[in-house]
Amino acid sequence: MMGKEMMEALDSVSFLIGDRDTVAGMPCLPAREPFDGAVLDMLNDVSRFLMAGREAREYPDVVTFAFWIRRSSMLKLKERFGREDGNIRLGRGVAFHVAPSNVPVNFAYSLAAGLLTGNANIVRVPSKDFPQVRIIAGAFAEALGAGKNREMAGSVCLVRYGREKAVNDLFSSIADIRIIWGGDATVEEIRKSLLGPRAGEVTFADRFSLAVIDAGSYLDMDDREKVRTAEAFYNDTYLTDQNACTSPQLVAWLGNSSCIRAAKEEFWGQLHELVKKNYVFQPIQGVNKLTSGCLAAVGYAVAGIEEKAVEAERMAASNPEAEKRNACQPDGSGAADAAYGARIEPHADNLLVRIRIPRIMDGLMDLKDNSGYFFEYDCVDILELKDLCDDKRCQTISYIGNREMLMPLLMSGIRGIDRVVPVGKTMDFDLIWDGYDLYGRLTRIIAIE
Amino acid sequence: MTIDDIIQIPPYSLGKEEKERVLTERLMELTEYHRGNCPEYRAILNAMGYDSGSVRDYKDLPFLPVRLFKELSLRSIPQGEIVKTMTSSGTSGQAVSKIYLDRTTSANQQKAMVKIVSDFTGAGRMPMVILDCPSVAKDRKMFSARGAGILGFSIFGAKKIYALDDDMRLDVEGLMEFLERYKGQDILLFGFTFMVWQHFYKELVRLKGEGVVFDLSKGILIHGGGWKKLVSEAVEPEEFHRRLKDVCGLERIHDYYGMVEQTGCIYMQCEYGHLHASVFSDVIMRRPLDFSECGTGEKGIIQVVSVLPESYPGHSLLTEDEGILLGEDDCPCGRKGKYFKVAGRLKDAEIRGCSDTYATKFGERYDG
Repeated sequence: MMGKEMMEALDSVSFLIGDRDTVAGMPCLPAREPFDGAVLDMLNDVSRFLMAGREAREYPDVVTFAFWIRRSSMLKLKERFGREDGNIRLGRGVAFHVAPSNVPVNFAYSLAAGLLTGNANIVRVPSKDFPQVRIIAGAFAEALGAGKNREMAGSVCLVRYGREKAVNDLFSSIADIRIIWGGDATVEEIRKSLLGPRAGEVTFADRFSLAVIDAGSYLDMDDREKVRTAEAFYNDTYLTDQNACTSPQLVAWLGNSSCIRAAKEEFWGQLHELVKKNYVFQPIQGVNKLTSGCLAAVGYAVAGIEEKAVEAERMAASNPEAEKRNACQPDGSGAADAAYGARIEPHADNLLVRIRIPRIMDGLMDLKDNSGYFFEYDCVDILELKDLCDDKRCQTISYIGNREMLMPLLMSGIRGIDRVVPVGKTMDFDLIWDGYDLYGRLTRIIAIE
Repeated sequence: MTIDDIIQIPPYSLGKEEKERVLTERLMELTEYHRGNCPEYRAILNAMGYDSGSVRDYKDLPFLPVRLFKELSLRSIPQGEIVKTMTSSGTSGQAVSKIYLDRTTSANQQKAMVKIVSDFTGAGRMPMVILDCPSVAKDRKMFSARGAGILGFSIFGAKKIYALDDDMRLDVEGLMEFLERYKGQDILLFGFTFMVWQHFYKELVRLKGEGVVFDLSKGILIHGGGWKKLVSEAVEPEEFHRRLKDVCGLERIHDYYGMVEQTGCIYMQCEYGHLHASVFSDVIMRRPLDFSECGTGEKGIIQVVSVLPESYPGHSLLTEDEGILLGEDDCPCGRKGKYFKVAGRLKDAEIRGCSDTYATKFGERYDG
């Protein structure tokens, strides 16, 4: 089984739940069926403990999680996923989760998904001491300590450690499925540790997202709906410093230009009021956004010069008599450059910075920033977003308006986009996430004929 | 007024209104110049919707964040006219600023610096002790901030020695001999704040314990580079002064604030502990939330403007330092212009998000 040397790696691990014996015992645990009654009981207990605790209720993200794991919500999931088809479905065995370090409750969703699918779980929680981690870990400990949930106790280990490879090696070696959050850099790091030949992996890479707003639909809303929309968009963005993979980096507007102008003014105005009230601004963020704005301006100018060069070549080719100018030289006229250029929209303060772009440029998303920094594009045809959505890093479209408007884009053969949700729902966790069917990935099937 | 005329103005002689007039004229001129000669700068002004018609004074001019010089190669001269490229010193793996200088800008930087420093040390060169190691200023084509500082200040030295060897050990005998030879004369000492503390002061304390004592009562120490690295040692400027005086009699000590992006225009600390802006440059403290100008006594992000940069668009920059304006034209030392203090570096943002950050990989920033 596990050698002494390997177990020594655990010296640098602190356990929030479980201990080294729990780890050693995990590979021998019986596999469970998804939505096993004992699991649902335990999760429901965790939910109750969280809802009853005064501290938990101070954190909306904890409350949302507690709400998600309550029995009635889990039974709905069971209804969607747990269809009988004559085959037997079981957890894969041991799931090793590496949670992102900057999102406090993500680890809990990953753990819940692992439990629901019938697995034993080792979860690396954020190294940073978020109160939410402490609160949720406390509720799990309480639930697992209760006599009736005792049979679940071997299935949960919450661990915290640095970036020690030896520890990653150990957990990976016993994992049947490995779930890596935290983006490209973390995926690269954890992949240095080998998995067993039959083990599977789910990786959550760096992604970006966008919002599509039909200006007319927005303007048709009554005042209360507009307020709710501002809150919904705030939750999609500022609540995670606009740095979650689901947070829109770009807002594309559909409609005629006067509608768009009116809608923008109201939409951003409402959002700005909310941000002023709720967002904790850090002084460096203004400097960061200024820097990003300058880089976007230069990015578009460089691309513009290249485009002009291509255009000039094309003209020279079609008209050989034309005098050949050096098109790479900027022509010096501000107006001509501006037509190709990005524009930093005037802003009252640094809480909300918008960059109006003349078109979707290659590499645009390499210029993204966070904490309230939006690219904005007026769209005549939804298919203008095709190149952006063809990027495999492109994840969520959140929308306002009729979702049918997106269909031509979604059916255009794009290789990106894994989710389409109304504005405000980008963070709602589901077993289908980031393009993966976690229910399928975390289980195996005994096929019976 | 041309830059040649401005350079002739005694550095602390102009009152608020007169200085504003000089700066506004020169800085607007530089803005137009760089707009015409640096395509990236032009693109940025276009994106900002910059309109020279709405500028009332130099405080209305746009500013570039200093970090931009790490991300982009910004210059307003053809490649062939570059005589020097200055870089900020960064730890390995970290992007460094690249500042391109032509003959004119480089010469003006030196002239401005001579005027500024002479106002504190008196005209004329002095024997000079460089509190650093010789290797740091060796590569003359790529100047790090530390190397550039040493070379910049070296023009004030008649005879020079490096007090440290390349292993950062104090050359006790060499220093002893040097001080003996120039006994009775004013001696200029120059170094970076952290180096002075770590490799000079501490060694003097150790030597004193062994009965070896240096007399630097005729010394003038100029040091810069920031206090961040001394935070862990819990050394405050006052303490720094007192302890140096105790160990070697050094009394005339001037901190300075400056950066590679605006070399030459340094801000020297006067006898009253205030950093002073010369006529060649200015500071504007800005509120982080909306970049509006702070009042006197209010902490803000430091914007620096300088009349010197012609070869690169660095005449108006937003730093990542915070400072507090203490007053203008009325420092008891008699120098005109703004005086202020630096409150430290802005903290990196702590942000949430799915993608892990690996900031620790890059190590600590060096305040060069």
